[in-house]
Amino acid sequence: MTNYQFMFFLLSAIIIIFSILTVTTRRILRAATFLLFVLVATAGLYFMLRFNFLAAIQLTLYAGGIVVLIIFSVLLTSHISQKLEKASISKRILAAIAAIAGAVLCIITILATEFPTVTPNPPETDIHTIGQALLSTDKFGYSLPFEVISILLLAAMIGSIIIAKKRKD
Amino acid sequence: MGYSRYDFTPLLHSIDQWLYSVMSPAWALIVELTLIGLAFLIFYALVGLFLVYAERKVCGFIQNRVGPNRVGKYGIFQTIADFIKLLMKELIGTKDADKLLYNIAPYIVIICSFMAIGAIPFAQGLLAIDFDIGILYIISVSSLSVIGVLLAGWSSNSKYPLIGAMRSGAQIISYELSVGLSLLTIIVLAGTMQFSKIVMAQENGWFIFKGHIPAIIAFILYVIASTAETNRGPFDLAEAESELTAGYHTEYSGIKFAFFYLAEYMNMFIVASIAATVFLGGWMPLHIPAWNGFNVVMDYIPPVIWYFMKTAFVIYIIMLFKWTFPRLRIDHLLTLEWKYLLPINLVNILFMALIVLLGWHF
Repeated sequence: MTNYQFMFFLLSAIIIIFSILTVTTRRILRAATFLLFVLVATAGLYFMLRFNFLAAIQLTLYAGGIVVLIIFSVLLTSHISQKLEKASISKRILAAIAAIAGAVLCIITILATEFPTVTPNPPETDIHTIGQALLSTDKFGYSLPFEVISILLLAAMIGSIIIAKKRKD
Repeated sequence: MGYSRYDFTPLLHSIDQWLYSVMSPAWALIVELTLIGLAFLIFYALVGLFLVYAERKVCGFIQNRVGPNRVGKYGIFQTIADFIKLLMKELIGTKDADKLLYNIAPYIVIICSFMAIGAIPFAQGLLAIDFDIGILYIISVSSLSVIGVLLAGWSSNSKYPLIGAMRSGAQIISYELSVGLSLLTIIVLAGTMQFSKIVMAQENGWFIFKGHIPAIIAFILYVIASTAETNRGPFDLAEAESELTAGYHTEYSGIKFAFFYLAEYMNMFIVASIAATVFLGGWMPLHIPAWNGFNVVMDYIPPVIWYFMKTAFVIYIIMLFKWTFPRLRIDHLLTLEWKYLLPINLVNILFMALIVLLGWHF
């Protein structure tokens, strides 16, 4: 087993174990922390694939942004002694069916897909390429999606400001 | 150039080749990783001990006192004595604390600063990883340390740590923006995020001189915002000792408290190294175009010394901040960021882009 494979199995094991712990733990902040480990290990996989930019974005947005937001809201709303209640049997059965169906669908799709073999060390995608693709208006440019997302974020920002603003009674 | 006589690349390459020649590639890699990790651990401990000593001396200087002067000559062994005391102290936790999160929180904080330090160039060829996204990597890794702070505050099951953690969270999340944007100003000028290239681009003048007005504005904004991001005074609301005893690490004792303390100082060191690397040329000696004799003399000073001198200079500024200004109130703190620093930063980036487009930089 090469180092590369060893790291892959290590990161995959972390992802699988902590994903299961995330949904089985009864304490909500622990779930958020386990989710953090999953996201960081995913960033590790991106680093292995030499997708450095994506890995850094994964760390900033998901681990540093979304998990912090989740933890922050838990801090504001729940007390340390609170534990989540166990779900009723009927809910559990329905959830299990949904989960198994989703898993089967995913596995069938993965098995049916022909994955092209790649060289063990794919070239690094440098930020110049990403930046130019993001702002180019050519055939494979992402200028339009970029602008659409900007407008979406602007709308979300205005909405949150209006919600947070003090109302004059 | 003259400074390349201190290049570490040939030395490290020969060690690398020797390791690969005496053992299998897998073992050579493991040995190399272990050696790098050990080197960083030792460096980490030494810098931490020195910075605590320096902080107490600077504090003494500002307050017209002597500072530590009993243990060893000029008190240089004071922090080592303190460290041994902390190692031997009993670990006391609170009742009904979430033990798991309580125990991993110090490690999260310290691992984040450990990950960040790997990308910092200490001299030519002397850095652990040279990503093409160096600056983005450091920003993203150091943004994780707030999670450790939040977890520590919540899992202690105590009021003061919780308030401290909330304040710290709000503060770090907002000031991260200013840190990122002020670094982005220099990325616009440099055209790259790779640390080695950023340092090489400052061969004929540091960026703070090359980018003149916007670079100086960005440097000032960076120092203010990064002081706030590392939870240091006058922005140390997270641990405001007069109101919150010690903020998020109130309930920690012994070595776990030492971890938070060490991580705080290491974060200050990392922040200062980024400032030194991005604005003040990193390990690059001071070069003035057309002053060849001067440049040759400057090249004789080893880059490692240049690097540590610049970092020490920024650290000294940050320490002066702490002992000079009174602590801000939380709403003033957030007003400062959102109403002043952030708009100035955004305008400054546009200004820098204009200067780069018109070619008005040196």
